[in-house]
Amino acid sequence: MKLELLINQKIYALDVAPDEMLADTLRSKGFLSIRKGCDTSCCGLCTVWIDGKPVLSCTMLSFRVAGKAITTIEGIQPEAEKFARILAAEGSEQCGFCSPGFIMTVIAMKNELKNPTEQDIQHYLAGNLCRCTGYMGQMRAIKTYLRGEVQ
Amino acid sequence: MKWVGRSVSKIDGVAIATGKPLYTEDLTVPGTLVVKLLRSPHAFARIKSIDVAAAKQMVGVECVLTHQDVPQVRFTKAGQSFPEPSPYDRLILDPIVRYVGDEVAIVAAVDEKTALAALDLIKVEYEVFEPVLDLSSAIDHPSVVHPETDLHCNFPIGLEQQRNIASSHTVEVGDLAAELALCDVVVEETYKTQAQAQAMMETFRSFTYLDQAGRLVVISSTQIPFHVRRQLARALQIPATRIRVIKPRIGGGFGAKQTGVCEVYPAIVTLKTGKPAKVVYERKETFIASNSRHATEFKVRMGASHDGIIRAIEIVGLSDTGAYGEHAPTVFAVIGDKTMPLYNKTKAIRYQGHAVYTNKLPGGALRGYGATQGTFVQESTVNKLAAELGIDPTEIRLKNLIRETETSLYYKGKKLGSSSLHRCIETGKSMIGWDAKFPRIEQGSKVRGVGMAVTMQGSGIANIDTASAEIRLNDDGFYTVLVGSTDMGTGSDTILLQMAADVLNADMDQFIINAADTDVSPFDPGSYASSTTYVTGMAVKKAAEELRCKILEQAAKVLQAPADQLELSGEQCVDPASGKTVSVASIAAAAVVGPDHRQLSAYATFGSPVSPPPFVAGFAEVEVDKETGKVTLLDFVAVVDCGTVINPALARVQTEGGIVQGIGMALFEDVQYDKKGNLQSNSFMTYKIPGRSDVGIVRVAFEESYEPTGPFGAKSVGEVVINTPAPAIVAAIYNAVGVQISELPVTPEKVFKGMQQKS
Repeated sequence: MKLELLINQKIYALDVAPDEMLADTLRSKGFLSIRKGCDTSCCGLCTVWIDGKPVLSCTMLSFRVAGKAITTIEGIQPEAEKFARILAAEGSEQCGFCSPGFIMTVIAMKNELKNPTEQDIQHYLAGNLCRCTGYMGQMRAIKTYLRGEVQ
Repeated sequence: MKWVGRSVSKIDGVAIATGKPLYTEDLTVPGTLVVKLLRSPHAFARIKSIDVAAAKQMVGVECVLTHQDVPQVRFTKAGQSFPEPSPYDRLILDPIVRYVGDEVAIVAAVDEKTALAALDLIKVEYEVFEPVLDLSSAIDHPSVVHPETDLHCNFPIGLEQQRNIASSHTVEVGDLAAELALCDVVVEETYKTQAQAQAMMETFRSFTYLDQAGRLVVISSTQIPFHVRRQLARALQIPATRIRVIKPRIGGGFGAKQTGVCEVYPAIVTLKTGKPAKVVYERKETFIASNSRHATEFKVRMGASHDGIIRAIEIVGLSDTGAYGEHAPTVFAVIGDKTMPLYNKTKAIRYQGHAVYTNKLPGGALRGYGATQGTFVQESTVNKLAAELGIDPTEIRLKNLIRETETSLYYKGKKLGSSSLHRCIETGKSMIGWDAKFPRIEQGSKVRGVGMAVTMQGSGIANIDTASAEIRLNDDGFYTVLVGSTDMGTGSDTILLQMAADVLNADMDQFIINAADTDVSPFDPGSYASSTTYVTGMAVKKAAEELRCKILEQAAKVLQAPADQLELSGEQCVDPASGKTVSVASIAAAAVVGPDHRQLSAYATFGSPVSPPPFVAGFAEVEVDKETGKVTLLDFVAVVDCGTVINPALARVQTEGGIVQGIGMALFEDVQYDKKGNLQSNSFMTYKIPGRSDVGIVRVAFEESYEPTGPFGAKSVGEVVINTPAPAIVAAIYNAVGVQISELPVTPEKVFKGMQQKS
């Protein structure tokens, strides 16, 4: 089916299958930060924003997001890099495979929550799994980022 | 310029974290065929007939292969230096399938949908056999998992095919029965550990194509490029000269990718079709059809005198290598090798047992590689012994543990080069607040308890792991480091550059690193066995030292001063006597122009006759709900001796990550099969890895020692950190509510039942 998708503020005229998921559409258009890690909608690797809110693109049908603003990490590189530098200073990107989805959720949280507690942060990020870091360094990086300290 | 000891950010960190296309699947090209595998629905069966006609006729399908279409030469997928200890018991496709998920057919098509549809069109008739699904009854089971006559071992490993024994192992020193008889107290316990999944976030994947010379190029998410090259040459029956293996960025490995799980499938498709091909495993495939930690069952006996001196230890049991024997003999050996030397006041020890074949997911490498299982059974028994003797668990360890320069029965004659383990215990005690909290604090229906355990691992495989490194001074005055180790997110590329930059006294920006590409890299077994910092690191350090000498020799000619009087200071070579300098850049430029010159480079190889153990003392504080049996981990303290800490931030995260993976094994990661051999815990919905709210607080401290044989005094940190959570948490539960859990993982049901039985 033909549709137009607004991805990172550009309009893409696409021909997608009715059962095509947004993650596949995005990868096919070269947004290679989008990864699938679980096939059961529970790892958070494929997180993008739909109208600014984090959404799992692996289980979002592409046709359903026509007319909405889709943002991938490619579309917010300066802010993503700012947090990534803090994350890397903690060594807490490790393999980096879950990082894009994680960073999309962290930045969405920063935009959405005012002065979140540690529990708020854990709750907001509950859907982002990481097998490398054990999460402690991620939390240190998030706190530094939210305090607005420059690395 | 000092780089060693600094928390330098990973050189690839920002790029990978912000989603740059650097991983295997990102590097595929348009027109790449998609490979899918038809997998066995039966745990044990023979393929009577297989009809692929309909699949082959489908538009878009380019290749369909069955066991009739592949070389019939057995090989092992285990990534080990030649001659591999693991048996050659695999075919690319075999007329006998040995577990649910075993490969039956390979399909390649223009896209994923077509490939999946083609799989559905393949008709297979099976003769189904009675599977071997229980570890304890596998030996001499009426079904023989490997009845074939062409199974091959490179050297004797105690394999007895007709009995389902993959390997046998015995280490025995002293008269165990006599020593146990002399002991005042003897404790005994039987344990079971589960087949933990590595669950790295990037599943298995490889991309293959033919290059301009018609050679097979394999870009793969692997920890073992050189071993994969050798495996593919044997499996595909082509010369290794025709194969190039490249490792890009990897999304985690944890040992899973120390086995050549998926490379051979796109490789054979590319050879048959001449076209690029890729395979990307789904998460379910990664759970059911790759490899996992070897499940084990062990009985431990341990005897001590009244004063708490451990005199005799016996560990006897089995490990489950599943359908294929990858890493079977070596994991089994490590269970004893990396645990029993800890307690060196023993007069007699015995470690004995078998790795056995069953019709389940093959065993493989997972961080810890047997030491995790060994630590759980031995440390749990030490805790039981301490309770029996009424001695504080930390005290019994301080009395019995090996110290620097001492030897053990297990490593006869080899002296321990470095250890701060006793200091690790003291520091950990103080951090967790042991004296105030041991053994328990009651708070109504909830009880808090503390428990602890210690562990060791190795640093590389003694007398086997040998890595080389080359460093070149380029024409523009910067350096290229070539190594074959495989940074899988650990940061090894970064810490190797820290070492090189330290020796050459230069800014890290002056270095590039290339790793790993079998066409370019010097040989390295790959990143496993906690080897990269210690083995590859030492090779890099030696190469850097040699290059430093060569640069100063050239500077000596220019400055007309003896080379040993000169200093290398960043971009300049300095003669302190005269104050004269010559730049490294000008030496580099001169070296590549004109006759009688040579580009400056250095090459070094390092292998070690020892595998220096890093140590951890781990402490857990838990809260047990007496009404439900639920265990909440409140605090975990890990104090680590990895020798010199090369990069504190990266070592800390490695430790935190390993501890949390160990917590997963202790509390959450339950492996469930149904009666027909289907692995039911096959997704993150049914196999729970720790999420960020599950792990309480994890705190890490380092007690540095100095390893005389290591680079800058360093040992290793990658694996040792996963071993203590299971025994420490189990001990904390025992200290809280008096329930001894001997089968992992701990579940509320097991704790609750234990409390019921007690009361």
